[in-house]
Amino acid sequence: MLYIKCPYCGMRSQNEFAYGGDASIKRPELNKDVSDKEWDDFVYNRKSPRGKHVELWHHVSGCRQWFKAQRDTATHEIFKTAMMNEEI
Amino acid sequence: MSQEFRIKEKGYINRNKIINFRFNGKNYTGYEGDTLASALLANGIHLVGRSFKYHRPRGFFAAGVDEPNAKLQIQLNGHSEPNVNATEIELVEGMVATSQNCWPSVEFDVGAINNLLQKFFPAGFYYKTFMWPKSFWYKIYEPFIRKAAGLGIASTKKDTERYEHKFEYCDLLVTGSGPAGLASAYAAAKSGAKVILAEDKHRFGGSLLMDDVSIDNLSGKDWADKIISELKEMPNVIVKNRSQVFGYYDHNMLVMFERTGDHLEKKSEFTPRQRLWYIRCKEVILSTGSIERPIVFGNNDTPGVMLSSGAKEYMKVYGVLVGRKPIIFTNNDSAYETAIEFKNNGADPLIIDTRKEQSSDLINDAKNKDIKIKFNHAVIKADGYKKVKSAIIGELSEDKKTYKNTSSVECDCICVSGFWTPSVHLASQSGNKLKFDKEIDAFVPDKSKQEEITVGAANGNFTLHDTLNAGFSAGSQVSKKLNNKDVDIQIPNVTEKKHKTHDKFWCAPLPKNIKAKRFVDFQNDVSVTDIEIALREGYRSIEHVKRYTTLGMATDQGRTSNLNGLQLVSNIENKIVPEVGHTTFRPPFTPVTIGTIVGREVGKHFMPTRLTPMHNWHIKNNAVFVDAGAWKRPRYYKIGNETMLEAATREAKNVRDKVGICDVTTLGKIDVKGPDAAEFLNRVYTNAWMKLPVGKARYGVMLREDGMVMDDGTTTRISEHHYHMTTTTAQAANVLSHLEYYLQIVWPELNVNVVSTTEQWAGAALAGPKSRDVLAKLFPNINVSNESLPFMGYVEGDLFGVPARIFRISFSGELAYEINVQSDYGLYMWEKMMDIGKEFGIQPYGTEALSTLRIEMGHVAGPELDGRTIPYDVSLDGMVSKKKDFIGKRSLTKIAFNEANRQKIVGLVPIDRKTSIPEGSHLVLDKNAQLPNPKLGHVSSSCWSVENNNPFSLAIIKDGKNMIGKKLFAVSPLKNKSIEVEVISSHYVDHEGKRVRS
Repeated sequence: MLYIKCPYCGMRSQNEFAYGGDASIKRPELNKDVSDKEWDDFVYNRKSPRGKHVELWHHVSGCRQWFKAQRDTATHEIFKTAMMNEEI
Repeated sequence: MSQEFRIKEKGYINRNKIINFRFNGKNYTGYEGDTLASALLANGIHLVGRSFKYHRPRGFFAAGVDEPNAKLQIQLNGHSEPNVNATEIELVEGMVATSQNCWPSVEFDVGAINNLLQKFFPAGFYYKTFMWPKSFWYKIYEPFIRKAAGLGIASTKKDTERYEHKFEYCDLLVTGSGPAGLASAYAAAKSGAKVILAEDKHRFGGSLLMDDVSIDNLSGKDWADKIISELKEMPNVIVKNRSQVFGYYDHNMLVMFERTGDHLEKKSEFTPRQRLWYIRCKEVILSTGSIERPIVFGNNDTPGVMLSSGAKEYMKVYGVLVGRKPIIFTNNDSAYETAIEFKNNGADPLIIDTRKEQSSDLINDAKNKDIKIKFNHAVIKADGYKKVKSAIIGELSEDKKTYKNTSSVECDCICVSGFWTPSVHLASQSGNKLKFDKEIDAFVPDKSKQEEITVGAANGNFTLHDTLNAGFSAGSQVSKKLNNKDVDIQIPNVTEKKHKTHDKFWCAPLPKNIKAKRFVDFQNDVSVTDIEIALREGYRSIEHVKRYTTLGMATDQGRTSNLNGLQLVSNIENKIVPEVGHTTFRPPFTPVTIGTIVGREVGKHFMPTRLTPMHNWHIKNNAVFVDAGAWKRPRYYKIGNETMLEAATREAKNVRDKVGICDVTTLGKIDVKGPDAAEFLNRVYTNAWMKLPVGKARYGVMLREDGMVMDDGTTTRISEHHYHMTTTTAQAANVLSHLEYYLQIVWPELNVNVVSTTEQWAGAALAGPKSRDVLAKLFPNINVSNESLPFMGYVEGDLFGVPARIFRISFSGELAYEINVQSDYGLYMWEKMMDIGKEFGIQPYGTEALSTLRIEMGHVAGPELDGRTIPYDVSLDGMVSKKKDFIGKRSLTKIAFNEANRQKIVGLVPIDRKTSIPEGSHLVLDKNAQLPNPKLGHVSSSCWSVENNNPFSLAIIKDGKNMIGKKLFAVSPLKNKSIEVEVISSHYVDHEGKRVRS
């Protein structure tokens, strides 16, 4: 079980969190023409990298804040976590 | 029975306390401190079970976790547990043990016919045999395999024992209390680090209990006792015996299985039987020791053949002599200690050493004690069926592949030692890629992947001096890292015997004229021949060989067989062991009871139960409940002998005719607040929200980004910047996370906050033509007329002193209201409503009636909003704004979502107007069509329409728009039904929706 540092609450066990996927995905702006490819890339297409991955986690059984974590998908090492408005 | 094999005044058992137990129907005695195995051996019993496949007689092979054979059925305190390792379970008064996998008895087992038929049971027997004919599978093969599979019998009774979970955090976890573990724990604890030391056995000390060594002029055991008592005094140390660390997971999370009550004759109600520890630690020192490896020879599974280390442990720890005329078959020096111990206790050992004649401390000791030694010899085969009687031994040729001569030697046990295998299971589980150490012919840990250090025998360090040094240095290293403190520890003086190198001899060749099976894996009955067959048949990867032959599977996970199997494969393949590789080590290291894994989460504690404030009222009024997530909701209120359908029909009819009341507290409620709340709702919902005035509610539909309907519900504008959103009971948590995602990540510029208020409000729906009359009496100060409080209106009121929110919304399709009060007043509200409603014929209704009402109205719910439907499919496309953008809108332009024959919701009635249509039925054009019969759609919801008094269903079918009037078949193979149905509109009642506005 992973040990994750919530940027608001500190070190907590994985079972307090929900995984939120690739944090680099940006939602296309509202009221803007979006090509099929652009939209599909936003809704469906995800890379599945081996190694470093910046991803979203949600502290659902805690402060209910979403935040970013940089994790190695192969070793599960978590290098850094950050609030949504911080650089990672 | 007299315990005739008990040695006088030896061992650490308590001879003052005699323990009575039964084995296979006979009474025996042992002493406090015995294991079941040591007590049986003290009584001269070796035969304890029958092997898995061939039902060959099997005896004790080891004295600890490495035991592959002695798995017994244990009955104690009215419980029966299968596959208990007799070498690990402590003897308790009244214990009843029975052999497994034999009938009618372990002495005479009919299944042993398999042994005579063994030619027909080669590797892969099951894969080869049970393939054809197909029709044999259910009636012949499956029952046969089920009967043959497994060893013991699982209890069908409820487990009434108490199991617990514990969460612990520490600086350092040390696994194993042998010399390496003690030294590590001691060094780290001295610096003040918070340390947990775990020992799987009852006694601390590991090899120190058995080996002939001294530390600072103390015996190994005395030194271990001294260190343990010092550690126990330290407030920063937790010392645990009977505790097996069996799993090593990510981020230094380890799990430990503690046998808290198994050894107690009587325990208090609150003493758990077993406890599972989740330990999150900064550092781990693995001092798991090593396990002795057998040498493979003919009939090496005969009772009386055991590991040399096991025989020594039985003598030293339990004062039990496993034989009086033992053969010690070895390729190394360590077994000489066993031989010497035998000699010291009056037995007459013969050492068979595969090495050429040489001298060392131990060899000289043995010679000085007049122990017979045959160098350059091997045991070829054991003779004797239920117990070893003699052995055929042979003098090895130069290449050790044949024998110069053979002879038979009488013996009553054969103690075998093929050198030592480090226990690297936990290190491997931690992600450490193992490396092969040629010096010791075994795998040892390589680079750590987590904060883990392996020390001592587990790291291939087999001398006490090196082991203690490694332990102290690892402990000091950890304290330096944690506390930046240097620990000043004097390394103790050690005296121990020096060992000569072992011989790389793993398997005694079998001359052509000698017939015998040579077992590599005892627990799974895998022989040398089986592995040879697997390789001959083309299996190359060690993982495939494992699965084909079952080598190294099951509870012992190849503890004694892995390396011999690998050596064998590498010999046949002409490879070296590291090229062959090893199979994966998986948790648990030793079997863990299901009870321990479950812990206290049984029965009502399995998950939380959510009750509404009106729950007790429902109980008093004969509610039958249904689970809605964690909530308990009344399904119907039973009167007399009513069936569910009768009750639900009565309740629903009462709503249509008069007035009903339903507990809707479970609906998800979310407060949406902030100056940008309207803008946010406008983006979340498919319909327009910018112009909703204060005091009005609106029905809303929200999508996922992929265009599928996520949830629906009403949201009410309570004040300028305050909205009250409702969700379906099931989706409440998902919707909140969804909203938080958009507010925190996608549109952080919006000034809006959301919070769940589900638990803060109790809700009651008041539905039916008389509901306004009830409302008027409930709130005499409010004008509840249609003009003043129209459909989708909202007003706040005073309910006999309690502030209340009144929403004019409807799920039943009738004139209806929903009233919310603070949860604490929920029951008060409910009772007032029942009281006042009496004169209007009010009756409570449950979820069955609720469903009936919404289905015949054509209102969609969970079964239709199943994550696979877009608004068009469920006739909610009228709710989709063409003007504004919102979550998921772009997906609705997909070609498939706009095809002319797109699936759509319809209504169904059976042609006979009598037969109910099972939910989940498939809709087909022709029930007799050839398979696969094209499926047009499925039945999502069914009810008995109270308005029309016949069955009615909702279905989602292809081209639903053009299907009205068509006749189809609803087919349910599960219910074995095929019903002719007519497709009609999904709105079966009140097409124009007049009632809700009346």
